[in-house]
Amino acid sequence: MISEPVVVISSKQNLTLSIKELWRYRELFYFFTWRDIKVKYKQTVLGLLWAILQPLLMMIIFTWFFGRTLKIPSENLPYPIFVFSGLLVWNVFASGLVNASNSMINNSAIIKKIYFPRLIIPVSSVLVSLFDFAMAFVLFIPLLMYYQQALSWTALWAWPLALFVSIMATLGMGCWLAALNVKYRDFRYVIPFLVQVLFFLSPVIYPVFLLPYPLLQYIQVSSPMYAAIELFRFPLTHVAPDPIFLTISLASGIFLLLVGTFYFRKTEDFFADFA
Amino acid sequence: MKPILEISNLSKKYTIGHQVHGYLSLRERIQSVFRFESREKEDFWAIRDISFDVYPGDAIGIVGRNGAGKSTLLKILSKITPPTAGNIISRGRIASLLEVGTGFHPELSGRENIFFNGSLLGMRQKEIENKFDEILDFSGVEKFLDTPLKHYSSGMQLRLAFSVAAFLEPEILIIDEVLAVGDSVFQQKCIQKMTEVSESGRTILFVSHNFSSLRSLCKRGIKLDRGRKTFDGSLEDTIDAYQSLGRVSGETIDLLKTTRGKLAQELIFRKFRFLNWPIHFGEPIKMGLMLRSSRPDGNFRDLDFGLSIIDKNNTCLIHISNRFLHQEFNHMDDDDEYIIETENILRPGRYSLTLFLRVADVVQDHLTEVISFEIPDFNPYGHRDTAAIFGAIFPKFTIKRS
Repeated sequence: MISEPVVVISSKQNLTLSIKELWRYRELFYFFTWRDIKVKYKQTVLGLLWAILQPLLMMIIFTWFFGRTLKIPSENLPYPIFVFSGLLVWNVFASGLVNASNSMINNSAIIKKIYFPRLIIPVSSVLVSLFDFAMAFVLFIPLLMYYQQALSWTALWAWPLALFVSIMATLGMGCWLAALNVKYRDFRYVIPFLVQVLFFLSPVIYPVFLLPYPLLQYIQVSSPMYAAIELFRFPLTHVAPDPIFLTISLASGIFLLLVGTFYFRKTEDFFADFA
Repeated sequence: MKPILEISNLSKKYTIGHQVHGYLSLRERIQSVFRFESREKEDFWAIRDISFDVYPGDAIGIVGRNGAGKSTLLKILSKITPPTAGNIISRGRIASLLEVGTGFHPELSGRENIFFNGSLLGMRQKEIENKFDEILDFSGVEKFLDTPLKHYSSGMQLRLAFSVAAFLEPEILIIDEVLAVGDSVFQQKCIQKMTEVSESGRTILFVSHNFSSLRSLCKRGIKLDRGRKTFDGSLEDTIDAYQSLGRVSGETIDLLKTTRGKLAQELIFRKFRFLNWPIHFGEPIKMGLMLRSSRPDGNFRDLDFGLSIIDKNNTCLIHISNRFLHQEFNHMDDDDEYIIETENILRPGRYSLTLFLRVADVVQDHLTEVISFEIPDFNPYGHRDTAAIFGAIFPKFTIKRS
């Protein structure tokens, strides 16, 4: 008769990540992502087209200002390709981070009334940005053909890896900020600023070696998005990223993921009391 | 049989006082690090040392005043917030319904909301698909299935929300006061649906202020008072215990010490008495009211006073006021007694009285359900089992063949 295992609810915290529980709630990942995507494009005339138009317009603006006017070097790529490839990966991080950070507050009504592993909420926000990536990627391929850009087979592993790194960084930082945001609403104001700073530090609109000071370069590569963007561009430029830089950047991504999810787990039990 | 839920010494503490906005700002946090004197904090025990066992198939009604800790208890049971001390051992799938329509999104259509809400409540997608037609049928909003929820009336939203929840099939169902809303026909439908759930052997924990829905669903009751469990027994006894909370019964009742809200209070009720105590079925009820003025002249014109007799289901059965009779009273002497007499064909049982007093449209005193009285078991029909007669009043009736 008793089908479920015995569950004990007590004041003691269990910090282990319960994969089994997440698996039991797997459909919720889908439903949260599905809801967010639906809501995002409801009552818009262009609908999903916006997911393509946004990076396209950004690319045009950046190409105009930085490529044409300021003539910023772009690692032997046509500047539009350079900036679009950067934006593709960057947007996963930027929109994922902003959405994940606000996700707990935006869903506070649900958190206060229903239990499920809270991690589902920020993870789903990141999945939404992955969906936008997929839409924009559809435009990326014809763009490559238009500029007759050579593409090496390394894309088969470099692109998934780049995506993986950016998801890792987004998730880590997103969970961390989401948890902090529940308790300290100051982070609501910190996040846009943080994203802006990281944007200019990441090699989205200019290559990393453009900065003259080595110290600045180290600061730049300590962002996990350095590795993600460089890896994504590797099949196009055939220029392998500096191994030391790459290691620093990847390490920071792993660090963010561990610290972020740990902090989230540690505080999630009390979200309902604060949200 | 092993209990499906074992709740032992459960407590939940909230710290209040230092949190002004409900959440902390980082500045406050940093300040508090550098400040050496400790801040004034106040511990508040929302629930304290609650223990009870729940057996499979139990339907328990939880009653208590606002702030008694009912919702906190349900939140801990639903794993939404952890207890400060104590633990719960659960041996079944718990689904909780602390609110109808959690996660409903105004931009999504009815269909989309059914899926999202159902999934949140713990249903599998397959399960929702299988029950979709039943859910829709129960809600009665088929016509608007693909309309965004924001265009629904609040009643329609509620029906849709409850319909999804009604098809949950957990082993333990936790429900918080969700039936307090909605029109009575739909409420009835919901209660019926939940009774079916309960009869199919599932365990239910139900919080409500509505005694008639508690009665139709639950057999056992638990009463909470300021965070503690103060009663655990049959539902009827629990409701009795709850209703006598803060109420006095007797022939003569001194009303000066009764706590009152912030009203005008220049003229208040001083004494209440039953002139024909004890009260029996069918005999008119005679009551005497005495007032006390705190103004030197002690002269009040145009009184409007009276009382309501309220039954176990919080329904006002008799409403008495001098206003209805177009009688004018001016209060001059505190020794005057106002005698109220009413016919009485109320069914045997426990009733409470609410007294109210206005002077020239200004509320002077309002005592909500402070007095209770009982009409002992009797029925005018000669039937052996009074409980089998459901009427709120027992008027004489005859049945003849023409």
